[in-house]
Amino acid sequence: MGSPVLSLNNVQLTLQGNAGPVPILRGISLNVEAGESIGLTGPSGSGKSSLLMLMGGLESVTNGTLSALGQDLTKMSEDDLARFRRNNMGIVFQSFHLIPTMTALENVATPLELAGDKDAYKKAEAELEAVGLANRADHYPSQLSGGEQQRVALARAAAPRPKILLADEPTGNLDTATGETIIDLLFNLRDRHGATLILVTHSPELAARCDRRLELRDGAIA
Amino acid sequence: MSLRHAAIIAKRELRGGLSGFRIFLLCLLLGVAAIAGIGTIRAAIDAGLGGEAASLLGGDAEIHFTHRNANEAERTWIAANSLEASEIITFRSMIQARADTAPELSLSQVKAVDTNYPLYGTVELEPAQPLQDALAVRDGMPGLVLHPTQIDRLKLQIGDTLRLGTQDFQLRAAILTEPDSSLSDLGLGPRTMVLASALENSGLLGAGTLFESRYRMRLPIDADLPALAADATARFETNGGRWQDRRNGAPGISEVVNRLSSFLVLVGLAGMAVGGVGVSAAVRAYLAKKTDTIATLKSLGATRGTIFATYLLQIGALALLGIFIGLLLGGGIPALLIPVFADQLPIPIEGGLYPAPLMEAAAYGILTALIFSIWPLARAVDISPAGLFREISGKVGGWPRWPYLVLVLLLTAGLIGLAANASGTPMLTLWAAGGIILALVILALTALLTKFAARRLARSRFMQGRPALRLALGAIGGPSSEAASVVLSLGLGLTVLASIGQIDANLRTTITQELPGRAPAFFVMDIQKDQMEPFRTAMLASGAVEKVGAAPMLRGIITEINGVNAKEVVGDHWVVSGDRGITYSATVPENSTVVEGEWWPEDYSGPPLMSFSADEAAEIGLQIGDEITVNIMGRDLTAKIANLRQLAFSDMSLNFVMVWSPNALSNAPHTFLSTVYAERSAEGSLLGIIAKDFPNITAIPVRDAIEKISSTLDSLSSAIRWGAGATLLTGFVVLIGAAAAGAEARIFEAAVLKTLGATRRKILLSFALRALMLGAAAGLVALAAGSGAAWAVMKFVMDSDFSLFWGAAIAIVAGGALANLVASLAFAWRPLATKPAQILRNRT
Repeated sequence: MGSPVLSLNNVQLTLQGNAGPVPILRGISLNVEAGESIGLTGPSGSGKSSLLMLMGGLESVTNGTLSALGQDLTKMSEDDLARFRRNNMGIVFQSFHLIPTMTALENVATPLELAGDKDAYKKAEAELEAVGLANRADHYPSQLSGGEQQRVALARAAAPRPKILLADEPTGNLDTATGETIIDLLFNLRDRHGATLILVTHSPELAARCDRRLELRDGAIA
Repeated sequence: MSLRHAAIIAKRELRGGLSGFRIFLLCLLLGVAAIAGIGTIRAAIDAGLGGEAASLLGGDAEIHFTHRNANEAERTWIAANSLEASEIITFRSMIQARADTAPELSLSQVKAVDTNYPLYGTVELEPAQPLQDALAVRDGMPGLVLHPTQIDRLKLQIGDTLRLGTQDFQLRAAILTEPDSSLSDLGLGPRTMVLASALENSGLLGAGTLFESRYRMRLPIDADLPALAADATARFETNGGRWQDRRNGAPGISEVVNRLSSFLVLVGLAGMAVGGVGVSAAVRAYLAKKTDTIATLKSLGATRGTIFATYLLQIGALALLGIFIGLLLGGGIPALLIPVFADQLPIPIEGGLYPAPLMEAAAYGILTALIFSIWPLARAVDISPAGLFREISGKVGGWPRWPYLVLVLLLTAGLIGLAANASGTPMLTLWAAGGIILALVILALTALLTKFAARRLARSRFMQGRPALRLALGAIGGPSSEAASVVLSLGLGLTVLASIGQIDANLRTTITQELPGRAPAFFVMDIQKDQMEPFRTAMLASGAVEKVGAAPMLRGIITEINGVNAKEVVGDHWVVSGDRGITYSATVPENSTVVEGEWWPEDYSGPPLMSFSADEAAEIGLQIGDEITVNIMGRDLTAKIANLRQLAFSDMSLNFVMVWSPNALSNAPHTFLSTVYAERSAEGSLLGIIAKDFPNITAIPVRDAIEKISSTLDSLSSAIRWGAGATLLTGFVVLIGAAAAGAEARIFEAAVLKTLGATRRKILLSFALRALMLGAAAGLVALAAGSGAAWAVMKFVMDSDFSLFWGAAIAIVAGGALANLVASLAFAWRPLATKPAQILRNRT
């Protein structure tokens, strides 16, 4: 067994609320191995999405250490974190978070371009084709359905071939049938590229498709 | 639902606060404040002039003759109708310092007064003394007082001897204030004041000399001014006499102030149009936020009318608030500041609150708010509930239904009509309004074109691998783009500035650089008939003179056209509103071309004929064969128009609107006007020859005239630049509004880009590029539109050439880009500083 892809040691997160500090995560320790898929479940407000944000370097830990691919994320500046994500991570959100001023193709090509990939558009086209949206490449997000938008978001996350794939309730805003298609695509992508997958979900069935299931309650692993 | 229901809903909606309407309020209040401020200052000056009318005029009434003194009958009437009268003679002359040792000449405006002067007010002198004492004869030498600039220029001491014509005077004091000086007196050369009786032996004021006489009257307090004015006009007007009284004591200042403020109000209206763009953008953004509410109200049974009324009431209430604050600032600041600075201003001004200009500004504000709000409002209420629920934020598109369009057109026509009526210069207002509307249309098309080009360019192969640039282009070309707001607001502000800049640069270059190269070195006046040939010979003999132009010079007022009072025929056209220079010639004058009719034979001896300037004839509707009666030195002479000439005014050669056949005028007393073309280095020695051999002659160095015009231009352009600055400030507020409206979108965009691996530098670069490109696009269009307007003004109004001044042009484009960059980067801090999780977590 090699070194873990993600390593969290007593990670705490406290956010400032209107009524004072609100503890969100209360000491999470966790190792994730390369190629592993983990289903994070738990009730609303248990800290699942916050944990995912910390793993993606989108949020700073209050206490504890968090390293990814052997690098300590807590010591990195915001720009270093952006570069790290660019080269190693793909993230899918419940609300898709496509850039509304860009077409589907441009959305997918953006992380590749940021990484300096000369074939960004060619790869983006291939990725859109892989999610069945080659014919919608020139459409803006507002011209796509929710399911189509999430497929674009998946293609965007997968395009740079990330080592770590983070998905935050990717089917939360979709109907059941569309949601199933998206999950199939997600696992398909993960299988094709051999990425480590962290999937936040409310669905025990979905979590069951992962190698390991972790349940969070009140900011701690139950 | 009724209007009451609409009002209730509107009130509830307004409870949400004014945060979305800050820019709306700022745009309106800035425009209203600027126009109210200009109007208040104009009213304060009018009130000030009215209060000191008698002092400014120099009497309760004045009769003014050109080229002659009043005759006995006229003097008798003046004496019979006044408690006291005073005679003033004004003319230009050369004043000579150190005449017997090292002569130095300087052009001066001489005012020869009598012992009753001034009837009102006091002439303050330094050293302090009564004017009449200073001018009196002491030890056989009359006194003279001078404007301080003349004393400095000639390096004089009190007690020095000065010469006017052939008469010596002793300098007794400097003039600190002259109660009856007005803008019309601020011609070439500073003031010199002497007693008229002291000029008897000066050789000046000979036959045909160009001078003006004014007869000021002190009237009984209960004098019936309208009746006296009517009597005087009937008696004197046909003899060239012009009446003026304290009811309009300083028409010159009044006219300049009114014209300048009318022009500034037009610039202010351009500012209102820029503000209108901001109003429209704010209303659109507000309605976009209210899409769900509008859809819900519709699904609950609210009609289009109710919804229209609901939001119009909200917008109306806020507009009234903005207009009220604008009026408070525009009317209040001058009212507070004028009393503080009144003493330092060169003209009388009376601070206070003046309702008329405030009402005018309020009307412009209300009309602007309605015109720019109805369009987006009408579009929003026309969309079906299902459509509204489906609409994404900020995308309420399409044309409103025709009744709304008609309403917008009617309101626009109302605003232009009001401006045309209030400005007193309807044609200029209509041209300006047309220009503003055309500029808005061009800018709107440019915004569309910019979006289209940006969209295409963002997808081009060239952009692949340049994410910052492509992001910027994508944002400009994509949905919810700021292109329209930025290009319209910044573009219109910069168009006004660009046109003013180019006109100013062209005029300045023509006057200060090109004109001196082809204009004569001197205009020489008051050359007596028998002096003309000796003068020409003396000039040419100096070896420094290349050419001497000469023309007989008389002055007269056009009193009748085809036997009818000239003012009744053509109104207040400048050709009939004052006395004009007249000449006669056997041949077609140099620099003129006959464009219609025939020139008379050289030995013509029939009834008097006249050649008229073709442009002016066209303006006042004169044709060949019309009979023009001109009062010259109190005599009416009539001539028939035989031909029309095209004149070239631009090189300052001798030009006259009216040229007569010689047989009509050659026997009348007159002088010659001459132009002397010489090297600049020889100007001093030529002035020396004139002073020595022709002391009665007045030479006006063209450089002085050019400096005077140039400094007048400086004052005008600085006033206009302030007006344009207000427009640009409004444009900047709209930019800030556009940037603020786009801030949320940018924060989200930055969060996603950071998630995808973009560094803050790259994100900032993308924001900056977007702002620079949009700003530069607005600047480029403004440059094109502004230069087009400047070209039209130079070509059709100034009758001059136009060249593009690259310095000013580049400044406009760079300024546009920079202004938008500043506005945009002011809102870049939050997107860059906020952690992605904060944004992405809260956005579902």
